[in-house]
Amino acid sequence: MTAIASLRRVGLPRLVVHVSVLLICIVWLIPTLGILVTSFRDAGQITASGWWTAFTGAAETSAARLGEPSTARQEGANYVISGSVFEGGQGGTVRAFGTRVAAPTEFPAGQTADIGNGETLTINEDGSYIYSKNAPFEGRGKRVYLSVATPPSFTTDNYRTVLTSQGIGQSFVNSLTVAIPATIIPILIAAFAAYALSWMEFPGRALIIAMVVGLIVVPLQMSLIPLLRMYNEIGNFFGVPSRSYAGIWLAHSAFGMPLAIYLLRNYIAGLPREIIESARVDGASDFEIFVKIILPLSFPALASFSIFQFLWTWNDLLVAMVFLGTGKDQLVLTGALNALLGSMGGKWEILTASAFITIVVPIIVFFALQRYLVRGLLAGSVKGG
Amino acid sequence: MISQIVSAVGVVIAGVFVCALYYWLSDKALQLAFPVPEDNVRAASVNLNRRAVVRPWLFLGPALILLVVYLVYPVIATFILSFYDRSGGNFVGLANYRWAIQDGQFRQSIFNNILWLAVVPAACTFFGLVIAVLTDRIWWGNIAKSLIFMPMAISFVGASVIWKFIYEYRGGNGAQIGLLNAIVEAFGGQPQVWISLPFWNNFFLMIILIWIQTGFAMVILSAALRGIPEETIEAAVIDGANGWQIFWKIMVPQIWGTIAVVWTTITILVLKVFDIVLTMTNGQWNTMVLANLMFDWMFRGGGDSGRSAVIALVIMAAVTPIMIWNIRQANKEMGGH
Repeated sequence: MTAIASLRRVGLPRLVVHVSVLLICIVWLIPTLGILVTSFRDAGQITASGWWTAFTGAAETSAARLGEPSTARQEGANYVISGSVFEGGQGGTVRAFGTRVAAPTEFPAGQTADIGNGETLTINEDGSYIYSKNAPFEGRGKRVYLSVATPPSFTTDNYRTVLTSQGIGQSFVNSLTVAIPATIIPILIAAFAAYALSWMEFPGRALIIAMVVGLIVVPLQMSLIPLLRMYNEIGNFFGVPSRSYAGIWLAHSAFGMPLAIYLLRNYIAGLPREIIESARVDGASDFEIFVKIILPLSFPALASFSIFQFLWTWNDLLVAMVFLGTGKDQLVLTGALNALLGSMGGKWEILTASAFITIVVPIIVFFALQRYLVRGLLAGSVKGG
Repeated sequence: MISQIVSAVGVVIAGVFVCALYYWLSDKALQLAFPVPEDNVRAASVNLNRRAVVRPWLFLGPALILLVVYLVYPVIATFILSFYDRSGGNFVGLANYRWAIQDGQFRQSIFNNILWLAVVPAACTFFGLVIAVLTDRIWWGNIAKSLIFMPMAISFVGASVIWKFIYEYRGGNGAQIGLLNAIVEAFGGQPQVWISLPFWNNFFLMIILIWIQTGFAMVILSAALRGIPEETIEAAVIDGANGWQIFWKIMVPQIWGTIAVVWTTITILVLKVFDIVLTMTNGQWNTMVLANLMFDWMFRGGGDSGRSAVIALVIMAAVTPIMIWNIRQANKEMGGH
């Protein structure tokens, strides 16, 4: 009754909206949920069954060999072999069994199966079996196939493995080393430039603004070849490594600069003129105005851009591949994950745990600062990421 | 490990400090170079003017240097390098362009890029619009939006791992642990190696980008929908329009500008798509796109800067109309100020 009453109140079209949004959310979440669940599963279970069965326990098909004919006892007219299919050490619950590989779940556990040739076989849930024949057994121990339900087993071992022996822990630190300065430096530089472009009069201002807007969409690919050559030449000339953290900070700062200047200029130019002019009348220099008035007032725009830039530098692969080395002390998380995809393909316990470590920082940043991210997107949706 | 963290933090602080120091010192230097004596009003005003002339360039300096060194100069250099041979030493005229036109892999990349351009921006905008309309009508819409927006924070490489796991194929009799193959099997279909399935594998890669970018389209379009004046919809209701008509005839025309912005933004992103193809297939099985081909030629056989530059220029040419349009828009807006 209540369900029908509330259905009537909600109205059918409204209900359709709720259900379809729910469905979309589920579809959108499932991929991420998949690697999250998998990263906590036991390596053996990951390959045995889909992650969606992780909570109900996996049904694994395995094979076992019954005892040798020499272990048979005679009981009346029959010869009997008994024991447990779990002698190898693995435990679990037998759901079903069979004697042919084509039909490994032919008989449910506990049933006495007539498998022809005068033989009967019973395998119980706990793994114990009774195999009997109306004549002496011959040959080797019989091979049987089992569907074994193993209880769900979760572990944090995957994370321990990737953080230490797979170098993901080191890469995490490397990623932070890249992302934090590559976020702060361009903000500082862009904020000064944006102030100059909004509140100072000088020849060429309009031209510079047009150039900045144009550069926002210039593809990174245009910069890579000349910069790679330039970095190599500088490295050779001064005898320093051409791939260094300083190099990638500058590269990231420069690639983020057009959007940073554009976003900050839009914001700073919109600040009330009276505040800045009254400060000038009071004798404050532009430097003081900038540090004491503009920076605090522009906090929302600075926050928006810093989130963009942090996500972009943390998630970047291309710039890191070109400007940073692949050694242990320089490989960032995205690069490490890409390398693991090549070397550990199919080892999902390693890949999923590494992937989750890679995405957890941006996801935390995203949920904590979503408000600023949305604001920045709305202000600067001329750039293509 | 500890020492790396300590040195990383040290470098972070030092790098930021040097930057801040520049602005502080340059301002101090400016004040020393053009002193403002209190007893001499004439000299003071002259020097104040000089400061006002120099100061914008001190503020702009680092930004301009970065822009010129990392963006303006490379664009010109790449253009020039496209006429030179693999080492960049010998002029070869249009040879690299002729090579590109005849190269099968280059044509394949162009074809795939066009495929991406035809599918991804349209799909993202469409789903984004539908989800924006739906979530605006329910009380938990903001939670739903957050969840759909979330993939935006995930790196392309991370997303590739996530989706590679969905497309996972297992040969033999074992259970399919990839969600897609498990679903296909549950409906009685034959499991496939999705990412090496010619032609269709492109679409399986596109799904990843659509999954990431739909949230972006949704956020922007949702804001635009909320900006539609209430009266226009009320008037349509009074005139007896149904929901479908209101959506297509009243709401969509009013947000055309925003749809165009979303579409072009995703178009630019699609032109530069690199990470997804690199991690999923590395261009194998006919999935090569321009950005990956360009990267490939940067290092293939010691690197071929000429061919690589030609491929980069194709991407540049594709974004140029958008660039010009953006500059015009910006000029128009500033003219209005």
